[in-house]
Amino acid sequence: MNIFECNHCQKSFGDLAVLKDVSFQIKEGEVLAIIGPSGSGKSTLLRCATMLEKMDSGELIYAGEKAAWNDESGKAVYAPKNKLKQIRDYFGLVFQNFNLFPHYSVLKNIVDAPIHVQKRKKEEVYEEARSLLEKMGLSSKEKDYPCQLSGGQKQRVSIARALAMNPKILFFDEPTSALDPELTGEILSVLKELAAEHMTMVIVTHEMNFARNVADRIIFLESGQIVIEGTPEEVFCSDNERIQDFIGKF
Amino acid sequence: MNVVSIASQLIGGMGVSLEIFFLTLLFALPLGLLLSFGRMSRYGIVRTLAKIYISIMRGTPLMLQLMVVYFGPYYLFGVRIQSSYRFTAVIIGFALNYAAYFAEIFRSGIESMPEGQYEAAKVLGYSKGQTFFKIIFPQVIKRILPPVTNEIITLVKDTSLAFVIAVGEMFTSAKAIAAAQTTMMPFVIAGIFYYLMNLLVAILMEQIEKKLDYYR
Repeated sequence: MNIFECNHCQKSFGDLAVLKDVSFQIKEGEVLAIIGPSGSGKSTLLRCATMLEKMDSGELIYAGEKAAWNDESGKAVYAPKNKLKQIRDYFGLVFQNFNLFPHYSVLKNIVDAPIHVQKRKKEEVYEEARSLLEKMGLSSKEKDYPCQLSGGQKQRVSIARALAMNPKILFFDEPTSALDPELTGEILSVLKELAAEHMTMVIVTHEMNFARNVADRIIFLESGQIVIEGTPEEVFCSDNERIQDFIGKF
Repeated sequence: MNVVSIASQLIGGMGVSLEIFFLTLLFALPLGLLLSFGRMSRYGIVRTLAKIYISIMRGTPLMLQLMVVYFGPYYLFGVRIQSSYRFTAVIIGFALNYAAYFAEIFRSGIESMPEGQYEAAKVLGYSKGQTFFKIIFPQVIKRILPPVTNEIITLVKDTSLAFVIAVGEMFTSAKAIAAAQTTMMPFVIAGIFYYLMNLLVAILMEQIEKKLDYYR
């Protein structure tokens, strides 16, 4: 079953058409990498999927439940507020620049939303948060504040924060772009581990080797359109000149 | 009249100065926050009204505003002014004036918050109220402490303006004693008192800033 579907997504900023009828689906346990040059619309696509940006038209379906669809005139309409709140629970998003809450400790960053948004039991949430921190190799940092952490540590905390909500699907918007190569490795190994646990993930990335080795499926996006979609072999061995040219630069 | 008796008389007036000071903060801070919301409202009409209000309150002297608040009811509506209204008028005038300044300070702090904080909160499912009061506002407070300190220090000195509608605060007493005794001493002592109050304000605000220094 598709855990998420984005169908015929279109988005313009003013006169600039950023996404021109982009569709993709993802199955439970699948890892999808979205690659492509800067300005191709990768981030906008992710922001539309996570409803940070409103599509002009298109359809979003989370676990069979419609979050957005087209009305008769072909304009996207979104589900009512309550429904969207429930649907937001299905997914998490990890940002390029972390967006941790600087005034909260590492632990509070992770537990606050599960406790105050999902209204889950405190003890249970703290226990889960601590085991997530352990998994991220950050057990000794729970009392620290984000400003005391390295970029890689911040990103691991933000992954833990997203995971603590128990999402069905996790989106990553260039999770390593703000990090140096060493720290990038830290994050990629966390992602590999999550992939091995069959976490459903959609990852916008510039890490070609990572996409090749970890993703089940790759989408190459350019000028707001999907140029090719397929398994890593299909994409990397494609004889499409544009793709060879792009991949060859890495 | 020696220094000690002048000082003890001034301390009597200082109580009123402090009352004006604290009551103004009590009303002007929340009013300023509300006004800043108006100033940032998505509705143009609300935004414009807030902007005009702030413009007038910042663009005219507080002394004049106090007189309008005090004498206004008589000249505009023919209401007889009770002398007990003096102090109330001072508080209304100060609160309305300072709210305008605080509103702009709140606005600068709120608008300086990175969009990513709102987006992270939205994705995690926080409601708008939760986002503002748990995530945004605490960080805004840290950012606006320096300009707020400035404003509070100005407020300490501005309390002396209450003399224009004859509210007996410290400066009023100082003037009265100086006139009766033909000495400058009361002004010197009043000056020292204002300075000490502001020294206290500055030290206190510095402590709060230090307390919030645990994050960046």
